[in-house]
Amino acid sequence: MKLLVAVKRVIDYNVKVRVKSDRTDVDLANVKMSLNPFCEIAVEEAVRLKEKGVASEVLVVSIGSKACQEQLRTALALGADRAIQVEGPDNPDSLSVARILAEIVKREDPGLILLGKQSIDSDNNQTGQMLAALIDRPQATFISEIMIEGDQLTATREVDGGLQTLQLTLPAVVTTDLRLNEPRYASLPNIMKAKKKPLDVMTADELGISINNRITLVSVEPPAERSAGIKVSSVTELVDKLRQEAKVIA
Amino acid sequence: MSILILAEHDNQTLKPVTLSVIAAAKVIGGDIAVLVAGQSCAQVAEQVAQVEGVSKVLLADSSSYQHQLAENIAPLVAEQASGLTHVLAAATTTGKNILPRVAALLGVNQVSEVLAIESANRFKRAIYAGNAIATVESAEPVHVMTIRGTAFDAVSATGNSAEIVNLSNDFNSADIRFISEALAESDRPELTAAKVVVSGGRGVASAENFEMLYRVADKLGAAVGASRAAVDAGYVPNDMQVGQTGKLVAPELYIAIGISGAIQHLAGMKDSKVIVAINKDEEAPIFQVADYGLVADLFEAVPEFEKAI
Repeated sequence: MKLLVAVKRVIDYNVKVRVKSDRTDVDLANVKMSLNPFCEIAVEEAVRLKEKGVASEVLVVSIGSKACQEQLRTALALGADRAIQVEGPDNPDSLSVARILAEIVKREDPGLILLGKQSIDSDNNQTGQMLAALIDRPQATFISEIMIEGDQLTATREVDGGLQTLQLTLPAVVTTDLRLNEPRYASLPNIMKAKKKPLDVMTADELGISINNRITLVSVEPPAERSAGIKVSSVTELVDKLRQEAKVIA
Repeated sequence: MSILILAEHDNQTLKPVTLSVIAAAKVIGGDIAVLVAGQSCAQVAEQVAQVEGVSKVLLADSSSYQHQLAENIAPLVAEQASGLTHVLAAATTTGKNILPRVAALLGVNQVSEVLAIESANRFKRAIYAGNAIATVESAEPVHVMTIRGTAFDAVSATGNSAEIVNLSNDFNSADIRFISEALAESDRPELTAAKVVVSGGRGVASAENFEMLYRVADKLGAAVGASRAAVDAGYVPNDMQVGQTGKLVAPELYIAIGISGAIQHLAGMKDSKVIVAINKDEEAPIFQVADYGLVADLFEAVPEFEKAI
C-alpha cells in the first residue's frame, strides 16, 4: 500500500510572530522556517507504518515555492521515499490545496492519505476534511492512534469530550493530533541519503488546477495585550482581592 | 441574509456553545435556521425552537446521524445550504470535523475560528496560535464559518417558539463506522462553558496531586483544566487540555496553578476576565498576564486557598 503525506512549510514554532508595522501581514522576512509540527507527526506515522510492513511506499507532497523543497527533503530524511513539489504561491488557500491533492490521489492511488490537523500559521484546520470530501472517502481527524488490518483502519480521535474510535474502509484520509507519536530526529546519514531521493516538480496548471483564493487578507493586527496585574503576598490577600475587588468569588 | 447553523448536542441536550454561534449569526442578521441532526433528538429540536433569534428548526432524525459522523452530516448540511448566504458551526472538534467537508462539497473555503463579525462578509480570526488577529474578506458565494464560542455572548435559551420542520433525507456512508467513545464522566461543568476554571500544570507533579485542584474546583463550582505539559506527563486526560491545540476558555475567573504560561497555553485562556496565577517561579510568563499573582509553593498555597474560600 502506498501512503501519501501532505506537508507544509511554516514559520518555526519557536519563533515569536511579529505583525508588520504596516499591518498587512505578519513579518516572515529572515525568519526560520520549518516543517509544520503536525505534518511532521504525519510523516513519522507514515514511516512507522512502512517500517511495520503495513505500507510499501511513502510519498510526500508540498505545494508552494521552490523553498518548500527544503521541508520535502526533511520529510525524505525522516524516511519518506519520494517527494513532489507542486509549484505555487507560498500561502495557497485550503480548497486549492485539497483540489491539487485530490488530483495527485487520482494519479498515485494511495491507500491512506495522512495530513497534519492544521498548520500553525493559518490555523485553518480544514485541508484534510476537504480532501476527504473531494475524493468522497471517509476521514478520521485529530487522531491519536491508528491501526490497519487489511482494508480496515481503526482510528482513535481526540474529541472535546474525550476519545472517539472509528473504523474506516480504506482508502481514507486521516489528520494527526499531537499525541499520535513523537517524531524522530533525522540522522546525518539519512539527511545525506535524502538528497539523492527523487523529488519531482510539477505545476498546478499541469494538474489542471487553478489556484484562486476568494478569501483575502485585509489586515493583521497584534492581539490585545493583557497587562500584568499585581502580585499578592499571601493566600489571604488573594482571596480578599477576589471577593472584594474582582468580585468573582462569593 | 439567510443563515444555516449546525446545532451541537448529544441527542438529548443542546450544547451551550450553539447559543454563542446563534449570537454570531444575529450579528450578521437575517433568517436563522438551525439544523439538529441526530438520533431520537426531537427534544433537542424543541430546545432550539425556544432559543432567541431562531427563525426555523430543521430536524433530521436518523441512526445515520447519531454520532455526528462527518461523512453523513456534511452532505445533509450542504444540501440544506443551497441558496443560503452563510453556514455556521461551533469551532469545537465536532464543528471542525464536519464543516470543512461541507465547504468542500459547496466548492468554497471555510473561514475558521471567527472571533468577530465586521460585516456580512468581513470577519476577524486568530492566526499563528493567537499571536496575530487577521481581518479577512470573503468573496465566496456562501460563507462557511466556524465560530469561536468564547468570543460571543450566548443568546437567551428561552422565550421563542420557532417552527420545527422534519427532514427526511438520509445520508449514510458505508465506509465509516462508529466503534466506541470514551467520554470523561464528570459532575463538574463543561470546561468551555464554566464560569470558573481551575487549571494545573507540570508543577502539580502527579495525577494524585490534581485532587487538590478538584477540591478547590468543587468548592467554586468550577471546571478543571490543564496545560499541555500536565496532559503529556499523563497527570490528566487530553480532554482537559487548555491551549491553542486544546480547548479555548474564557471564564469569569481562571486560576492557573503550577503553570508556567507557555504561549500555546496563554492562547487558550488569555481572554478570561480575571486570571489568577499561583507559581513558585516569580519569573514565570504566566505572571505577565495574571491580574493577581501569588509567588508561592502550590502545595502550601492551594490547600490554604481551599480552606479560605
